[in-house]
Amino acid sequence: MSADLRAADAAPLTRGRRRPQRGRLVGAIFVTPYALFLLAFGVVPALYAVGLSFTKAQGGFAGFANFSKVMGDFRFWPAVQHVGLYLLVWLVALLVLVVVLAIMVQSLRSRSASATLRLVYYLPGALAGASSVMLWLFVLNPVASPVGPLLRWLGYHSFDSTIQPSHLPVIFAIIAFWTGAGGWILVMFGALNNIPLEILEAARIDGAGPFQLAWRIQLPLLRKWISYVAVLSLAAGTQLFVEPTLLSQASNAVVPNDYSLNQLAYQYAFDLGDFNGSAAIAVLLLVVSLVLSALFVLRGGLFERDAS
Amino acid sequence: MLTSQMHPRRTRFVAMTTVTLAGLVLAGCSSGSSSGTKSSASAAASSTSAAAAASSSAVAAPTSNSAAASTSGAAPTTGAASTAPASSAPSSAPTSINTSALGFKTATQDASAGITVWIDASRQAAATAYKKAYPGDKITVVTYDGSANGSNSFKTKMALYDRAGSGWPDVVFSSQNNDASWASLGTAGKQPYAATLNTGLVPSGTLSSWTKGSLDPCTVNGKVYCLRNDLAQDVLWYNKTLMTQFGYTLPTTWEQFQTLGAQVAKDHPGYIIGDVGDTFAPEIYMWSSECQANKVTGPKSVSVSVQTPECKRMAQLIDAGVANKSLSTLSVFTPEFVKASAGKVLMMPGPAWYTGAIFNNPSSLNVPKGQLGVAPPLAWGTSPAVTGDVGGGTWFVSSHSKNLALAAKYAEYVTTADAYQVDQAPGYPAYAPAAAKWLAKQQSSGYFATDLSALTTAGGLVWSGWGSPSYSQEAIWAKTMTPILTSGGSIANNLGKWQQAITDQAKVNGYSVQQ
Repeated sequence: MSADLRAADAAPLTRGRRRPQRGRLVGAIFVTPYALFLLAFGVVPALYAVGLSFTKAQGGFAGFANFSKVMGDFRFWPAVQHVGLYLLVWLVALLVLVVVLAIMVQSLRSRSASATLRLVYYLPGALAGASSVMLWLFVLNPVASPVGPLLRWLGYHSFDSTIQPSHLPVIFAIIAFWTGAGGWILVMFGALNNIPLEILEAARIDGAGPFQLAWRIQLPLLRKWISYVAVLSLAAGTQLFVEPTLLSQASNAVVPNDYSLNQLAYQYAFDLGDFNGSAAIAVLLLVVSLVLSALFVLRGGLFERDAS
Repeated sequence: MLTSQMHPRRTRFVAMTTVTLAGLVLAGCSSGSSSGTKSSASAAASSTSAAAAASSSAVAAPTSNSAAASTSGAAPTTGAASTAPASSAPSSAPTSINTSALGFKTATQDASAGITVWIDASRQAAATAYKKAYPGDKITVVTYDGSANGSNSFKTKMALYDRAGSGWPDVVFSSQNNDASWASLGTAGKQPYAATLNTGLVPSGTLSSWTKGSLDPCTVNGKVYCLRNDLAQDVLWYNKTLMTQFGYTLPTTWEQFQTLGAQVAKDHPGYIIGDVGDTFAPEIYMWSSECQANKVTGPKSVSVSVQTPECKRMAQLIDAGVANKSLSTLSVFTPEFVKASAGKVLMMPGPAWYTGAIFNNPSSLNVPKGQLGVAPPLAWGTSPAVTGDVGGGTWFVSSHSKNLALAAKYAEYVTTADAYQVDQAPGYPAYAPAAAKWLAKQQSSGYFATDLSALTTAGGLVWSGWGSPSYSQEAIWAKTMTPILTSGGSIANNLGKWQQAITDQAKVNGYSVQQ
């Protein structure tokens, strides 16, 4: 779903310079493997899940029974709340900080400083998802952490006190930001470089300072990119799984193994052996992220054709 | 050897990778499709050790492979005993079985079929011992995480095989002791995974030699579905040298224990008499107080009432100890605990495996030779002492096996044979004849300051009112009560929350709950 947008978005941004006939063929060649993978690992499993969510374990149409069952589960609404809170903290922090950092890096005069910073931002993202979370297990432990003194100064003397339930949305947001923001800063940096120099110079001549420049010129022109970041991050964020799962294992279940919706779906499938209930949660997640994505797409003008 | 004990909880990171793999696959597509997770199941299952791979093709030339199979480095201490298979092997193992009497639908039996055995890394020595005793048997050994640390991989993988309708391993070791609760029942109309063992697969004479009560977690409606590997009975560990030095008398009741705690807090601040920071704290404290939190009354019914005097007295003991800091709230497996309490553990109620896991472990408390003593479980007032149990592994035989005789023989061998349970096993054997010999061997090591008879006593005192439902009491305690403990709250005042959490979890798992 999210990748559809990527493909759709790429179209207006690349200027058609080649002859249309050949372009179409090359395009098809590039898109085919992706389309096949999307079909095999995205569309077909999604349809399978939709099928499962409306059937009984022994077969036969179940109506909305699976949905009402999972929504009646005592763990469901807390999980919704957890994911919602996490998304709120993370998306806002991600969008604001990515844009600010990208603008700052782009405005640097020194090329080498700019390049170094971009590399530094990107480095954490180069670690594979789970291993970077493992690293955070140490960072969050006041005894082993390089920022241990800070944690102890804040009053957290043990791992369990750092990861108390009320801290989790912020902790997960920090982990996710640390692992994922670097890539987005690069994307945003690229987008900023696409803003024609003439516009910026014209603004400068009119007396715009760096803040006015950012607020009145750069931000409006980045709108499409910001909603692009938001849509993809939203899709990833609703699927919160690796961070709480690893933290649950490491904290001996003080962080519950049903913290997020995806974890609850996992519990349904493998603890209760209820694949239909699990599919119902997955379908609910799909619907919610589709609706939210649609909102971002429409408000962000992601599908508007490039006027120039 | 106790020193080489590797408790399942310490293999946390191994388990973690498996879960993570599954997690990544699942997180990759929001549909939670079974196709994704199936691949992770086969990935875990394919992590067969080199020795195991060799053993599957060992039929033609068994002798040439025996060297490869014993590369684990754990050379048996009494070579003579383990090279003579007949001496300790189950002599009564059935060579052919009457499948119609077993009480479940069997697959077509084939006496020449090989079997697949799933073990965790710590049980590698058991597989090696079996291979040495019966080099001709076709056994494929697969190492998995042993279902440790709530990874639930045993249950997870069997659910997938149930869905696929084939592929079940013939014998499985689980580090958990509550797997019979689901393995004895089929999910969604499927045949239960576990074979009934007391209807002909394992002789009743052998079964009756298990330590009293140790097969309770394996028994559902009078049928035995697994063989207990080891016991994890709670005893009172104490540092005899420190106790003498401080001039304290060893308590025999919980009341004396609590009074001594207050005394220690006053006279020797920093020293501790116990720990409540682990997920299994309820199994050490609440269980041995006969708290009615976990009474399994039927295959799908439980009774939960934690507002009783039995639960309250222990909750108040914990609150008092935490308040005066004579009870630690740090998990014994954390570096914080070792940093804070090494050399300062006066007493510690806890399971048999605490010796190898924390006391006699160079990277944990590392108590020197000749200091550690073990006393029988504490009683409440004048009532007889009972105790709890923290884990203890189990062996299952698949009801789908094509060679039930061989599978049963394997499970019986690894739980009863001296070559493994006495010579190599890290934990207290559940099979009583092996336990006696194992204790004698530990005693002769000279590590302990007292004799080990308290372990035997405790083995028979495990209170049967705490059952083994399919959900984890440890996980419930961890997410509901541990945060209360760490933030300085009171257990006694929050028993209602515990009650609610257990009830909710039981209902979600399909249990009917009586309050």
